[in-house]
Order: sequence, then structure tokens, then C-alpha cells
Amino acid sequence: MMPFGRKRSDLEVSLAEGLAERRPELQLEDGSRVAVVGGGPAGSFFAYFLLRMAATLDLKLQVEIYEPRFFTHGGPAGCNHCGGIVSESLVQLLATEGLNLPPEVVQRGIDSYMLHTDVGSVRIEPPLQEKRIAALYRGNGPRNAEPLSVHGFDRYLQDRAAGEGATIQRKLVTEIDWEGDRPTLVCATGERESFDLVAVATGINSHLLDRVADARPSYKPPAASKTFICEFQLGQETIEKCLGPSMHVFLLDLPRLEFAALIPKGDFVTMALLGDEIDEALVEGFLSAPEVRACFPEERVPATVCHCFPRINVRAAQRPFADRMVVIGDGGVARLYKDGIGSAYRTAKAAARTAVYQGISAQSFQAHFWPACRAIDVDNQLGRIVFTVSGLIQKFRLTRRALIRMVWSEQMRAGGPRRMSGVMWDVFTGSAPYREILVRTLHPAFLAGLLWNLLAANVPRRPRRATRRQP
Amino acid sequence: MSARGLGKVYRDGEEIVRQNEVGDCMFVIQEGQVEVLSELDDDEFRLGLLGPGDFFGEMAIVEKQARAATVRAVGEARVLTVDKRTFLRRVQEDPTLALNILRTLCQRIRALDTEIAELRDELSEGPT
Repeated sequence: MMPFGRKRSDLEVSLAEGLAERRPELQLEDGSRVAVVGGGPAGSFFAYFLLRMAATLDLKLQVEIYEPRFFTHGGPAGCNHCGGIVSESLVQLLATEGLNLPPEVVQRGIDSYMLHTDVGSVRIEPPLQEKRIAALYRGNGPRNAEPLSVHGFDRYLQDRAAGEGATIQRKLVTEIDWEGDRPTLVCATGERESFDLVAVATGINSHLLDRVADARPSYKPPAASKTFICEFQLGQETIEKCLGPSMHVFLLDLPRLEFAALIPKGDFVTMALLGDEIDEALVEGFLSAPEVRACFPEERVPATVCHCFPRINVRAAQRPFADRMVVIGDGGVARLYKDGIGSAYRTAKAAARTAVYQGISAQSFQAHFWPACRAIDVDNQLGRIVFTVSGLIQKFRLTRRALIRMVWSEQMRAGGPRRMSGVMWDVFTGSAPYREILVRTLHPAFLAGLLWNLLAANVPRRPRRATRRQP
Repeated sequence: MSARGLGKVYRDGEEIVRQNEVGDCMFVIQEGQVEVLSELDDDEFRLGLLGPGDFFGEMAIVEKQARAATVRAVGEARVLTVDKRTFLRRVQEDPTLALNILRTLCQRIRALDTEIAELRDELSEGPT
């Protein structure tokens, strides 16, 4: 026993943690039962990678995904309330993992962004003109989408997980309980099942996160903010004419609005508004902006076919793990305003890696899963600075003019660095970490370029006979 | 070819990478087929035919060397480019990301071993 009052040395601490990590009862072994609560991207990614990694060790696991939805109906019944964008970096990473998104799942390949402000619009194209952003439906598409046989992303991932050996249980989990040291799932039917490991992938909009916090008080659910997502049915031809293969983003001086986008998808357009507690007044204000109306046929915004106010994760959960339990996806940590599916992939894979190669104790998750979550959380702190600066640019007409001018002149040039375009591209697509974006904005050449464009775009000039056309 | 897919569509016979050029990306085939060709003394030898899910150009990710072969589309092919930077940045956090590529490299080495053995066998038998 440790003498009273003596602090344990670092060596003692690591030995104790090492021993705890290697406790044989807290390792997965042949025949271990693993439950995944929620068959969205986090749950299916977890099951898929867990089984693939287990196969590298010849470990035979029994993995069950609890998901009551079939994803065969359009509208709310099969919907996961998400903008449905797979970022440029995630599309590439999934392809190297052997998860190539099939054309029937991708509703539209996006190759560029159209940035709209009240002082002009400009198209941002990456140097490599290639469709590397996927606009898709998580569920089976919005209301009225049934006749169009939409194949949802969640269904695709579930099928891939099932292909690796996972079983899909079409049951609704209502409680997560503990019997001894084993987590137990209680279903709506009253059935109770104990497991060696439970991965909670319910998303942030589920009450089950509160049940987890009740059972394991060290877990604190994440902070959330309300967003707005809706769908317009315009038909492919109209969408091609009005929006093309670009995602349309808006920098408008509307308080509480951090990000707004129109995303073309097959016969529909998804509108996503992110920010601080989006409400109906803000939605109305956004839809009445001339820059938004100009994206619709005859500048008239049609009625929505469905809409929702889902919540998104804006601050990480505390200790999203315990012995034999790990919380992945939105219920744990997610990237601020961007790349929610990418966060699901990163946290699910880190959890699977830990469970297979390290163990399923709280100490194992703390040492090997939490660093991946922490990296996202730390990057989000820097993301807040990026969005504060972006908010300032949104607020002033002078800065909006400078931004549009700088992006426009970079896009017109055949070569040379595209500093502002690159920053905007990465802010909109969520492809690069916020730390990297912030570092690039502090580069002297970026700041000099911004200053020059601030002057050039706002200093009144004497009229000339042949003037350059402004963007 | 579906208009919905990801990546870039290459026409029949269009070159995707050229032998001896330095590259900084690899490619994953989404739809269609490509042929891998080695150019030697003005002659071209087909080294292989690749299809959906296969990748090529992966050596550029790990070493800064010229491309070892030319790759052309056979019919229309949709191919996704994977940037070296994106891949290496993630592999620092998640080394298992490289497993799929390692697996393919192992398969290619095994195929080459078989081919070398067959060639040696043919040579040792001599002309008939």
C-alpha cells in the first residue's frame, strides 16, 4: 500500500495504468459480444473497422448494431437530420480505406464553391478541378423522394459493416443499464442483453446520452446548438441551371449566423444554416436576402418539402468513455460546424483501434481513444478564432469587398499562390484543421494581400474610359 | 458513365500519369478500367489492367521518385485523386490508414515474385 501522503512517481503511475490496461477481463477475446447503439455513420464505421481490425488478429467478435430505422422511407422516418456533405479529405481517406462511395449514394459530386455576399459573388475552384466533395442523403431522402429510389449513406455504411460480419438488430434501445460490470441494453420490447463492450453512437439528438450520464456520472454530454436544415424540390434541370455543380455559401451580415449553404442534390436542394441557436426569424431573414433569392428560379424561394431544427455538437463531451463503454460521433466530440461525418469516422476508428489493439478499460480509452477526441477539441478552440474573424469580415462592407476582390483576382490568375481562396476553401469544406487555416492567415503575404485588397477595393478611383469589370 | 460519381472522368486512351514524371498524389479507380504500361526503348509493355477500387501511383506518396509506369484509361474511367498531403497528415494520427496500401503493395510483390520465378523457369529451360 502506498504510504500516506506520498505522491506516486510517474513510473508508478504508468506501471499501474499499464497493469490496469492489460487486465485480462478488460480485453476483447474470441466470442466477445459488442453492441453498437445507433446505425448512423459513427456506429457503422465503428463496427466496420472493429471487425476488420479484429480480423488482423484472428479475433472473432460478435458485433450487433441496434438501429430501429430501415432507411427505406423518405422524410423524417428515415432521416438523420444532417446537411449530408462528405468533405474533400474524407472522400479521399475513405477511398484509401476501400470505401468508395458509389454513384447511387452520391447525389451530386461538388467541384467548386460559389461565395455570395451583398457586394458580389465569386466562384472558388481548387487547382485540381475534380469532384471530390460528396453531397448525399444520410437517410432515404426528403419527403416526396420515395419514387426517386434514393440510396442513403447510412444504409450504404450499414451494408458495409454487415458485409464484414456485423448483425443489424432492428430494435429501439430505450435504456443503457449495468449488470455487475457489464453494460446492458434495454429495448422498447423489454428485452435485456448484456455485452462485453457497448459503443454509444446515438447522435446528439438522443435522450440515451442522459441515461449514460446517469449511469456513469463522469460522462458529461456535449453542449449543443440548434441549427436549421430544409429541402427544396426543384428538379435536376432547374438545379443544373441555377446552382450547377457548386455548393453555394453565403457571407451575409446576419447576427448569429456562422455558416449558410445551399447544397444541390439530385432533384432537391438542401439548405443548411449553422450558428448560434438558429430560429425561425433568422431563417426568414436569410431567405429574404436578395443574394439568396437570386439562387432560385425567378428569384422566388419555393416552399420547403421538409425542414427540421436539429442540434449540433458545439463543445466536447467530458470523459466519453468508461470501462466497457465508449461514446463516439456527435455524442462525444465533433468538429465545430464542419465535417460531422469526418468526426464520426475519426472517433469511431480511434475507438475501434483502442478496443482491438489496447483494451476496453477506461484507462485504455483514456490513453488511446481520448487523444484523437482531444485533438479535435483543441482544434475547435482555434476554429472559434477562425469563425470570429470570419464574423468580423461578414460584418463590415469594406472587408466583404476586400475578400471578394482578393478571391476574384486569385481565381482570374493562371498561377501563383491562392492564399485567400485556399483559406476560404478549407473553411467551407472543412478539409483542413482549423490550426492550419489560422497559421496560413497569419502569413505575412496573406496579411499584405488582404491589406492591399482592402485599399484597392474601397479607395474611390477617378472614372476611366475603359474600366475593369468588377466581380 | 454516371454523372453523379466522384473524381474525374478520363476518356478512352487518355493518360492519367506518365512514366518518369514526378508525382505528388495517388489515384483510386471509381468506375471503369485503366491499363498500366511500361515504356522501354520506344516500346510499350502492358504490366496490368486495374478496375474499380484498385489504386495506383501510391509510390509517389511514400517516396519522391519519378513515376514507374504510364497509366491510361481503357474506355471511359472515373478516377479519384488522393493528395499526398491529405494522406500523410492523417497517417500521423492513424497509422492503420496505411494498412490497405501495404496490403496492395504486398500483393504486388507476391505477383512479381511469381512472375520472376516463371521467367527464370522459362530461361533455364532455354529455347525449344
